[in-house]
Order: sequence, then structure tokens, then C-alpha cells
Amino acid sequence: MKTQHPHTRRRRAMGAVAGLLLTFTFLAGSFFRVQVLASSDYKLRAEDNRLKRLDVPAPRGTIFDRNGRVIADNVPGYAVTILPASRDSIMATLAQLQPYVKLTDAELSRLEATESRYPRQPLTVSADVGLEAAAALLERRSEFPNVYVEMRPQRRYVGGPAVSHVLGYIGEITSEELGSARFPADRYQPGMIVGRTGIERQYESILQGKPGVRYVEVDARGRVVGDFAGSTYRPSMAGGDLRLSIDLELQQWIDWIFPKEKMGAVVAIDPTDGTILALYSAPRFDPNDFVGGVDPELWEQLNSDPGKPLFNRAVLGLYPPASTFKLATAAIALDLGLIGPQDDMPVPCSGGMSYANRYWRCWEPQGHGSLDLAGAIQHSCDVYFYQLGLKIGLERLLQEGTTNIGMSRQCGVDLPEEKAGIFPADANFWQNRFGYSPNESEVLSLAIGQGPNSQTPLKMAQFYTALARDGSSPAPSFFIGRQDEAEGFELKLNAEGIEALRQGMRQVVGRGGTAYMSSLPYWDLMGKSGTGQNSLSLQGLADDHAWFAAIAGPRGKPPEIVVVTLVEFGGGGSAVAAPIAAKAADLYLRRKYGVPVDTIQTLREHRITGRPIR
Amino acid sequence: MLSLLEKWAVDGRLALGVFLLSLFGVAMIYSAGAVNTPDPVVSDAWQRQVLWFAIALLAFTLVARIPLGWWEWVAVPAYVVTLVLLAATLVVGTGAGTAASTKSWIDLGAFRFQPSELAKLATVLALARLLSTRDEPPAGLRDLLAPGLLVGVPLGFVMLQPDLGSGMVFVGVLYGMLYWAGTPPLMLLLVASPVAGLILSFDTRIWSVYIVVLFLVLYLYRYRLFLYESAAVILVNVAAGAVAAPLWRSFRPYQQNRLLVFLDSTVDPKGAGYNLLQSKVAIGSGGISGKGYLLGTQKRFDFLPEQHTDFIFSVIGEELGFVGVGVALLLLGYVLYRLVRMAEKASDPFAGLVLFGIFGLWFVHIFVNTGMTVGIVPIVGIPLPFMSYGGTFLVVSWLAAGIAVRLAHER
Repeated sequence: MKTQHPHTRRRRAMGAVAGLLLTFTFLAGSFFRVQVLASSDYKLRAEDNRLKRLDVPAPRGTIFDRNGRVIADNVPGYAVTILPASRDSIMATLAQLQPYVKLTDAELSRLEATESRYPRQPLTVSADVGLEAAAALLERRSEFPNVYVEMRPQRRYVGGPAVSHVLGYIGEITSEELGSARFPADRYQPGMIVGRTGIERQYESILQGKPGVRYVEVDARGRVVGDFAGSTYRPSMAGGDLRLSIDLELQQWIDWIFPKEKMGAVVAIDPTDGTILALYSAPRFDPNDFVGGVDPELWEQLNSDPGKPLFNRAVLGLYPPASTFKLATAAIALDLGLIGPQDDMPVPCSGGMSYANRYWRCWEPQGHGSLDLAGAIQHSCDVYFYQLGLKIGLERLLQEGTTNIGMSRQCGVDLPEEKAGIFPADANFWQNRFGYSPNESEVLSLAIGQGPNSQTPLKMAQFYTALARDGSSPAPSFFIGRQDEAEGFELKLNAEGIEALRQGMRQVVGRGGTAYMSSLPYWDLMGKSGTGQNSLSLQGLADDHAWFAAIAGPRGKPPEIVVVTLVEFGGGGSAVAAPIAAKAADLYLRRKYGVPVDTIQTLREHRITGRPIR
Repeated sequence: MLSLLEKWAVDGRLALGVFLLSLFGVAMIYSAGAVNTPDPVVSDAWQRQVLWFAIALLAFTLVARIPLGWWEWVAVPAYVVTLVLLAATLVVGTGAGTAASTKSWIDLGAFRFQPSELAKLATVLALARLLSTRDEPPAGLRDLLAPGLLVGVPLGFVMLQPDLGSGMVFVGVLYGMLYWAGTPPLMLLLVASPVAGLILSFDTRIWSVYIVVLFLVLYLYRYRLFLYESAAVILVNVAAGAVAAPLWRSFRPYQQNRLLVFLDSTVDPKGAGYNLLQSKVAIGSGGISGKGYLLGTQKRFDFLPEQHTDFIFSVIGEELGFVGVGVALLLLGYVLYRLVRMAEKASDPFAGLVLFGIFGLWFVHIFVNTGMTVGIVPIVGIPLPFMSYGGTFLVVSWLAAGIAVRLAHER
């Protein structure tokens, strides 16, 4: 090959040029396919690449009390979010965040679990790190390239612990709940805050807002470059506001006057419409502790506390109603037209009476003599009510108690949880529970509020509401615009009968009554105490449960507030429970009628302090 | 003006082509550094490239004045020296950039270079020397043994580094020069057949059909081959089919993924497929006219890998669109076309062979580099001549251009 003929060279060059043309046409065609034919697809992907979608949490609706005072609202919190990245880099960022956002081991493992459940989603490290930590992180922005700090609405319970059992608390939606009937997938996303208990849960659908969407521009390493100022931003929509029937000041006043260290419940109802003015259970918790995720240690503490601070005694606690039930016995007798208010019973009280080969004691061994209805209520005379029970008869008492007043039904309050009372519907109850048929003498126990009978404080408040009205009582509720209003009950009581019942209760707090010291100088207060024996008190290990049911209003006018107080192991109802009920009613009425509020309210307080009654 | 250019560059048209490509490259390297979260290594790269460009021009000017005889004389010693250097990289070689795990570089303290780039050029010279001394074009497989061995040794060294891209370049050089030497296409196909046997063995049925076809071809051309040559072809093909499975299993998962991704870019979008996908997104989103110089979002937001070196063409595609890609391809194609025309004119066989060696060298670089950015070639780290950032490569490419213009105009 010392020389090549020019023709040979020409032929080979032509071949090479042909090959060159072929390959470059192929190359250009490939680029044409990607850049011209499929360009729109790739343009979308490029947009997708640089924009990361972040949800903008919506503030929950504000909750107001009946006077327009804020019970729960939202304040800006500083949320810290890690943008989607590889698991390793997220874990590294979490470790790097430690000095600024204090994370416990439990929180770290929770975040790890969240990350593995929702990979490639923004991971919220903390819903609120506080202003200081947020400022520190923003200052060191370059050290935390994929960390996003943003303002986020945070629930704030202005009402504080006092409203805990009404409002309940909130928490992050769990993966199990997501997509369930309560939390449909089209409205709920991971990381959203939902109502767990109380009103927050009951009216979740109103209070929950609609999260917005924002896009931030990021580079391939997930570093935030800035907010995307395009039209894709969709602001969040706040949840609907809610106006409750609660009177926040009354609620807080009850929290203030309820004996510390004691457990119990207070329910106040406005008898004009059956709405709840206050619902209180002690001990209570601070719903603010649940905002942004409850500390596991605190959660453990709340659950292991023997006082059960998360347990709402007002609607879930069942207590023997004891003497407070005597009004129910009386009301049933009046409803059935068995007695007149002035009638006395055949056997006068001599400290007890014989029936069915047994001697049935009155709580007063001295005896009460012959009493009319009001007197029997004032003195809570067992012998009178034994005979009244016999007059009604076991079957009728059970029937009236269950079907009419609903002693074994829920009240239908608008809270997610409520216990139904325990009250026999018929003789089968004994058969099923104790294995024997009841004889007529059971009615004697039931008539004075003993025997198989346990009620929630709310149920007793609903019953006394009927006495503060015309014998009817609507289902208690928190929300006036309620759609699902449950049915209440109605006793056929004439004005004379109601007046007799109220007169008896008035005498309880009148001169010579057991709760005279709790009487209110400025208001017409009526009440009935109860002393509920319980398994501990029967063994002498603790005091009885103290009940007091109060009805109050301006003198000569229809009652305007019903307060039922229960103090667990409180002792005597008149001594412990009555002052709480009286002081609650007094505050409510004073504010309603513009009388200056004073902490010296009951007769006893006036006497101790020597403050004159004007 | 043109005569002045001719005077300096000997062949003005080739020089003008590579000059424009180099300028284009500097402009794109500048753009590649313009990202939202700048990395000084990338953002200052264009300045270093300008410096290297100046050195390359100087080298070109000198080299273009060295006569043919000297190149013939230096071919063998240069080949031996670069072989020694290549062997040395296996011992003292270091990695760099993305190719951190390979041993392609020799570090001389202030200065690092890739011996493989020099070896490519030296191999071109040595092979031209070998082929130009023959009286007849290679006729049988036996005649291809010596050229194959000559290229095979440096090829083996770079594959050991390992540097698959450079390996492909050596194959391109071999094929370009064998073609120019007049080797029958059948022989070239038979030489390549073991690779086909290796690839097709993933499916036994396809492989069986392939072997049958191979037998038929050998039978049809039985008078042009010695029997032992045919037997060797069959043997090597069968051996390739047999080692395919164990070879595949010996690959690391990431290596396997790189090849699988070539077949389906959605295989591993956050892993091996990531570079290809992001490159295609960059190029595709550029559309016809591009997003504008310096304004590529894929590049700005750091989605493009190695945007100043191996993926510089993706930046062109994103920012200058199909129009920019077309201009770049035309320039690159023109440079290759010029090499062919210069070889055609060269009456000296050594000169023509060297020109076609350079043609094969650049052709593989250009085709593989641009092809991988749109996924028609597997992703192998191989730069684009005159455009990708990289000092050694730019200088060596200009050296090659200098040799080319000199040899083409030797009388």
C-alpha cells in the first residue's frame, strides 16, 4: 500500500461521507424527537423538577362563647419542614437540627416512621419551634438547605384548662384514620390536624379548613431557592367559626371555685332553651399541651394519673343519684296524677317504716312526722318517698323512669362521647344481672335514688332543667344552630305540681334547710342535695359522693339557670356540692343582670366576712 | 484575511471549524457555571478553559509546522512511551471529578493529565505507520491480527482503569483506519461479531439464530477465509456467549443498572436513570428555540449532572433549543467532513491513515457524547471534542487538528 489510487481514495471517502450523513441525520432526528415532538412532556417535567408542592395548613375555625368571647383561636407558629430527599439526608438533617429543635428519642422515631410511611413528602419536624429557634434556623439558612421554616396557624385555647372537657383536644391525623368514613381522602391529607375529642371532634367538619398549596422552587439537591411567584399558589381557607352556648366566664369561675384536689363535675344549663352554659370535669388538662403534638411523657402521665384527667366525668361518669332522684320519683307521681302537692302519706315518718317483713329506715332516726310534698323534699324524708314509690308501683316507676325521663338513655348532647345511665327498664333487669326476680320492695330503694341506678351529672342536669321549665326538657346542646338535635323528654306536670316541687327545693336552701348556708341573698335559689354511697364509702374508706342540683333565677321570675354539681367522695351534698352550685348560679345571674360581681356570694360567705347584705 | 488564516492554519476551513467549536464551548462552559447555587469549581471553569484554549492554539501553531517525516519517525517511540504511561496509571493513577473511582489521571503536582488522551493520538500514528508499510489492503482475518494487537494493548490498559469511553474510542480509531486501508467490510463485521454474540446471548433463542446466521455467512464466503479463521470466529463467538452470564453477574448492581437504563430510562429514575432522565428533560424542555442563553432551569437548579463536561451538550439543548443543537451538529459534522475530504486529497498513505484515525477518534467522541444525552447511546463518561471543559483533552484535540492540517498539506 505504498500508494493509493485517487479513485480508491475517492470511493472510500464517498463511503465515509455517506456514513457521516447517515449518523448525523440519525442524531438530528433523535434530537428532533425529544426537542420538538415530545417537548411539551419534557417542559412539564422540567417545571415539576424545580417546583416542590407544599401544603399550606388552614387555620381551624375560631370557637366563641355565647357572649362572643373567644374560647379557641389560632396564633402564628413557626413550623419546620424538611423537603423531600433521600432517607439518609433527611436523617442527617434531623441530627443537624438537634441543637435548635430539641427532639426526644421518641419524637425522632416517630418522625422516622412518618418518613418511611410517606416518603417523598415534606416532613414536618415540628409544628411550632418557637420564635427563637425559628430565627436561629433562618439565620443559618445556608447550613440547612432543605429545611423550610414557615408561619403556620397554631391552635390556642384562650379558655385554657377550664374548657378542656368541652373543647377536647386536637392531634395529627393517623394513617389508619386517613381515608376512613370520618376522614375522607378528598378532604384530608397526611399531617393534617383533626379534633380528637370534645367539640373539636364533634364539629370537626365545620372547624376544619381547606388546606392551600404553595410551590417553592428548589434545585436538584432539594435546596429551597425561593417561593414560586406563579399563579399556582392557592391560599388556604380557614375553617368555619363556631359559637357555643358556653359562658366562658362561668366556665372559668367554676374551674376557680371547684375544690382543688377534688374530682367531680359541674353542669350548668340555661333552662329557657336547654343549652349548656358550662360543663366542667375535674381534674382537667390543658388542651394547649396537645397543640403541635403532645409530649409523650405528658401523655403517659395523663393516662396513668389515678384522677384520670382525660376522663370527662360530666358525661362519662356514672354515679348513684341518691336523694337528687327523689325529685324524679315525685315528678313521676305528679305526672301520673297519683298525689296532690298537699297530700301526705298514710304512715308518718317515725325514723322508718315496716314493709314486707323488713324495717326500712329514714336517714333521720328522729323521724319527720307527717309531711306534704314540699316538706318531704325539704327534709328528703325517706319514709315519705318509700310510700310514694309503693304508690307508683315498681313496674310503673321503671317504665316512667326509662321511657319517659330516659334514665337509661343518652341525653343526646353534641359531644362525641356520652354514657347512658343505668336504670332498670323492667323486671328482666334483675333477672339478667342478678339472677332473681325483683319483689315489690325494690321500689322502695329506687324511690330514694338507691338500688341499680347510676346517672351522669349531665343527665341529672337535664332532669332538673325540666323542673326549671314546664316539665319538658330538650336535649342539652352546646351549639345553637345544631341540626341533629336529639329529642328531649316531657313530663306532664301542672303549674301547681311544679310549684310544689320548686317550693320543696326552695326550702332546702331556706331557713332550716340543709343548704341554708349556700342560699344566695340576691336570687331565688332552689336545690336538692344528694349523698351517694359508693363501694368505698360503704366500707368506711372514703366519703360519699356529694351531689347538689340547683335551680336559680331572679325572685318572682322563671328560673334562668340549672346547676348540677357532683364532688366525688366529697361527703355531704349540702356542705360540699351546694356552695359550688350556688356560687356558679350567682355569678351567672349577676353578670346577666348587671349586678357587680363579687366573690362573697353565699350566706355563709357573707356571715364569715361580715359583709352586709344590701 | 483568509490567506492569513491559511498561512497560520495550513487548512483554514478545518481550523475555522474547530476554532468556532472551541469558542462555542467556552460560551457554554460559562453558562454551565451560571447556576443558582454556584460551585466555584464549575463557575470559574470557563476562565481556565480560555487559558487552555490559548495553550492549545499555541500547540496547534507549532505542531502544524512539523513535517510528515518527523511524525512517521516519532510514531513508534510515542506509542511505546504512552503505553508505559498507561501502565503507570494503573499503579499511580488517580481519579478526578465524577470519574473518582477510576485511575485515568497522572498527577504531577501542579498539573494533571490523562495519558489515555495522548495514547489515542500515539496509537493513531503507530497504526498508520503499520498499515502504510503494507503492500496490499488487509484481505483476511490474519492480516488484522497485528493491527488488532497494536490497538488492543492500549485498549486493554484503559479498560483496566476502567474507562469504557476511551475503550470505545480505540475501537473507533481501529475501525476508521482499517476502513481507510481498504479492509473488506465483511472482515470488519467478523471482528465485531464476538461483541454481538456477547450481547445477543441474553436470550438463548436469539443467540442460536445468530450463530446459525454466522455459520451461513462463513459458508457463503468460504473462499475468502482460511478454515482456521472461520473456526476462530465461531469459537470466539461461542466463548462470548458462554461468558456473558457470568460476566453479567460479576458486574456491580450500579453497573448493571447503567446498561439496563439504556434500554428503559424509567428503570431507576432516582439512581442510574437519573442522569439520562434529567438530561432528556433539559434537552426536551428546550424545545425548538431554547430557554435562552444562561437561562436553563434544569442547569440552574442543578438537575443536570456534569453540565460543564460530559453533559455540555444538554446545556446547549436546553438553552439554545433544537436550533442550537442543529448548529452544533453542523459544525461538528463539518469538521468530520473536512477530515474525510483532506484524507481523500492526501496522496501519502500515512497521511490519509492518520487523518482517518483522527476521524474515527472524534467520530466516536461526538457520536457517543451527543447520543448519550438523548439516550440513544448508553451513558459513558466521554467528553465532546473542543466543547467540553477539560485541559488535556482540549490541547490534545487541537494537537490532533494540527497534525491533521499538516499531514493533509504535505507534498
